[in-house]
Amino acid sequence: MTEHLPAIQVMIPIVGSLLIMLIRNNTLNWLIGVLSCLSVVFCSITLYSKVAISGAISYAMGGWEPPVGIEYRIDELNALFIVMISLASCIIILYAKNSLNNEIRANKISVFYSMYLLCLAGLIGILSTGDAFNAFVFLEISSLATYIMISIGQDKRALVAAYQYLIMGTIGATLYVIGVGLIFVITGSLNLVDIASRINDIELMRPLYASLAFITVGIALKIALFPLHAWLPNAYAYSPSVGTAFLASTATKVAIYLLLKYLYLVFGYNIIYSNPLFMIVIIALSLAAMFGASIIAIFQSNIKKLFAYSSVAQIGYITLGLGIANYNGLIGSTVHIINHSIIKAAIFLAIGCVVYKTKETSIKKLAGLGRTMPLIATCLTISSISLIGVPGTVGFISKWYLVLGAIEQGWWLVVISLAISSLLALIYVGRVIELIWFHEPEKNIIVIKEKLPKEMVIITIILTLATIYFGIDIRLTADLAKVAVENVLLAGDIL
Amino acid sequence: MNIVSNLISSYNYYIIIFLMISGLFIVVARGNMMKKLVGLALFQTSVYILYISPGKILNGTAPILRDDFTIYSSPFPHVLILTAIVVGIATLSLGLALVIRINEEFGTIEEDKLFEEEL
Repeated sequence: MTEHLPAIQVMIPIVGSLLIMLIRNNTLNWLIGVLSCLSVVFCSITLYSKVAISGAISYAMGGWEPPVGIEYRIDELNALFIVMISLASCIIILYAKNSLNNEIRANKISVFYSMYLLCLAGLIGILSTGDAFNAFVFLEISSLATYIMISIGQDKRALVAAYQYLIMGTIGATLYVIGVGLIFVITGSLNLVDIASRINDIELMRPLYASLAFITVGIALKIALFPLHAWLPNAYAYSPSVGTAFLASTATKVAIYLLLKYLYLVFGYNIIYSNPLFMIVIIALSLAAMFGASIIAIFQSNIKKLFAYSSVAQIGYITLGLGIANYNGLIGSTVHIINHSIIKAAIFLAIGCVVYKTKETSIKKLAGLGRTMPLIATCLTISSISLIGVPGTVGFISKWYLVLGAIEQGWWLVVISLAISSLLALIYVGRVIELIWFHEPEKNIIVIKEKLPKEMVIITIILTLATIYFGIDIRLTADLAKVAVENVLLAGDIL
Repeated sequence: MNIVSNLISSYNYYIIIFLMISGLFIVVARGNMMKKLVGLALFQTSVYILYISPGKILNGTAPILRDDFTIYSSPFPHVLILTAIVVGIATLSLGLALVIRINEEFGTIEEDKLFEEEL
């Protein structure tokens, strides 16, 4: 039974999503969602412990042996991310019930749950598959589900946001397929391990560079790497709060993993460093994201958009770690994927609580939140502070590794940029915190008088505590990331 | 002479690139959401041909196992592209559905007019 876990953990959410579409009873659907997510968490943790003991697992889908058949390959790195994604989705769906009832029309709720699970299945598929084309199919499954989740948002601008994301996302996926097609023509294989073993014998470099460029740009559109981030702020701002929290903590992270995989496991150091321009571009774009998006975030008047731009900036930190490309830099990236996922889930769920009471996402409505909703205001403050990277919070851990990596490379300019962009984060977060604690509440700000549902408050608090806990105890985040980087990304390479 | 033979021998790739660029150009340059989707479809279709055309082997038959033939075209790209076509249809139909909903809510599908309403 356990040898089929890699397939089962993708199948469970797909089956759950179909069941939800058939049953269409909101409470029952929520239960199906929670059960599917819980069983995926169980599967992924079992799988991680298996991988941690015996090393990478190769699973032949449908009994067709790789490289002919589709291979699912679970190693320490993607097993870690699968655990992270499934935990995040489980926590967010536990929170979702009342928030969705409040935010979207009753007849759309089952569609939302269904798409939520389908998106989860797609994301886990991208993480676990070892086949280039299969990754594209899962990328599209998760993206299509995402477009629908965004368009369900109550604001009518959600439709335009979903449309824009559809156009950009499809262009990104198509560019990715072009890249995969070129690799297929050059190497004659679609199995990533197989490609990696053949790619170093290729003498014709130009098509190889072309495919690297196509794949990088295609995935960068999905990552929302600056300046390809245009779809992200509107998509985050107008989708239901639960959807925003889910997307912010999982979807972009999975795309980053895909990029990481292509750069370090498929193409490998020899090729990505044979042309120094490539890494310079990645680093320049990361720095542009850290500065540009942070500066734009300062001027936002919509709280969700503010944190959406901050997401773009934080993605810059993660890709910066890919560009630094030494032991500490890669750990920084891996840890920041996990940490940023926790932080953004906490922030957007706290905002979800505010939206539940006030029905508004305008930043002015946050004024005096410290008095009207002290508990949620504290959660929002703490999780925002960890976004800056204050010592004792998760943000500090990842930035610490990034700074160490940059110092090792001797890139002092990057170190200084990291510090300055943290100051920019301080400005936009400071603006929110100032409004929350040092302003008089507007009259009639609370639209809904009844108390916040307990589970929404509890889950927000748990996630906020997690941003502090993982900032002190790094055994579950940084230490596991170290194992992953040592065993997977740096295996067989000399750095 | 070299250039001409190059052009003729790999004319399929020039067609693919032309289709690809024109599709992408329509997506970028047109403000009508419907036309954008047409461009997107064109862009995706060009990729299908990009996959199919290297699979063809000169004088090869369709990949059906029989004793009379020894040279087959590769069936592999066709299988992949069948999947990609399904994905493309799903994307396109979702896009069209969104355009219908946008038209219902805003009364227009021109991007210029939509952005005037401050997005």
